[in-house]
Amino acid sequence: MDRIPILKLGSALLVTIQVDMHDRLAKALEDDITAKIMTTGAKGVLIDISGLDIVDSFMGRMLDTIASVGRMLDATTVVVGMRPPVAITLVELGLTLVGVKTALNVERGMALIGISVDDFEEVDRHDGG
Amino acid sequence: MNTPAINALRSLIADDGGTLLDEWLLSLKAAGGAANGRVNENELRTQCRDFLAALQGAFESDAPTDTHTAAYEPVTAILDEMSRSRALQGFSPSETATFVFSLKHPLFARLRRSSKDVEALGDGAWALTEVMDSLGLHVMQVYQTSREQVIKRQQEEISELSTPVVKLWDGIVALPLIGTLDSSRTQIVMENLLQSIVDQEAEIAIIDITGVPTVDTLVAQHLLKTVAAARLMGADCIISGIRPQIAQTMVHLGVELNMVSKASLSDALALALKRTGRMVVPRPIASKS
Repeated sequence: MDRIPILKLGSALLVTIQVDMHDRLAKALEDDITAKIMTTGAKGVLIDISGLDIVDSFMGRMLDTIASVGRMLDATTVVVGMRPPVAITLVELGLTLVGVKTALNVERGMALIGISVDDFEEVDRHDGG
Repeated sequence: MNTPAINALRSLIADDGGTLLDEWLLSLKAAGGAANGRVNENELRTQCRDFLAALQGAFESDAPTDTHTAAYEPVTAILDEMSRSRALQGFSPSETATFVFSLKHPLFARLRRSSKDVEALGDGAWALTEVMDSLGLHVMQVYQTSREQVIKRQQEEISELSTPVVKLWDGIVALPLIGTLDSSRTQIVMENLLQSIVDQEAEIAIIDITGVPTVDTLVAQHLLKTVAAARLMGADCIISGIRPQIAQTMVHLGVELNMVSKASLSDALALALKRTGRMVVPRPIASKS
């Protein structure tokens, strides 16, 4: 079965989805990302969906789940590069992905993760001090 | 169609065009087809003369009662032109249709004079009615089509005019909304905004609703949808320009806009600049030496 590659970039994971997602692939990706966060201790997960034309409700829920799981494992999930038609469809489906951070492109997404990781460290320092 | 009726038709216009033209013009004016001088007298006369000449040509063809033949093309071409230009000038449907129907009166008068017996009169009347009604219908059809084109063009222009997305700064776009937001407009607004967020790589979109006359639950829902879609793309939205009365109405209605909102566009721009790490400071006045 196909697998979506998960790349490690510093303390972040980069997932670029370029094929149409079917449900089993989405589920496999969810498992892989969770496992990878654990093994690498990543602080952020970037999911690039700029290659996706179609996102269904299952895929939308999966993004939400990945973000929730990531949050539990102390990794910020950022969905980047969503196309306008996809955004409109998700909103019409009622999936506004409230718990998920979003960014326009990978670069901005990286910045977002960098900032939020720094913020966490600051909080830790304050806690410690 | 029997030959006597066809011959009767042919003889109607053929004998002398001059008096028929005058009678027609009189009848046209009496029926208000000249539209109170909105059409130039000479122009109308030329139009009528051309039409009679074309009609005469059509009557000479093999099937003078079928207005869909090639012989009628010159006639319908004149009617197309007349009908289209009148539709654009804002003539009423009846004023436009009168052009053809006012010709009935002089033609029927002639038919009565030239018919020798009742049978000939009946056949001639039927043939003539068939032709004139068909031409009248054609005029109305062209008139309607032209009006629909005008309406469609105006609709397109309005929807284009009313949903511009303007770039305020690098990474900041604004969407000044004017007029009522209904579902179809929201769709266009949303698509425009999202596309320009992609094109301009905008981080912040300001939606200014100063020009929206009323905000009810439906409009609020449309706004929320737009904001949610923009957020999914990775851009933050700021709502600005909610007028005091509208704010009160919204609170009374129980409409909650769970989003950042500012009183004026300038406040929203200030916040947007601050979020993108910029600031506007007064320039120190250069000391005069």
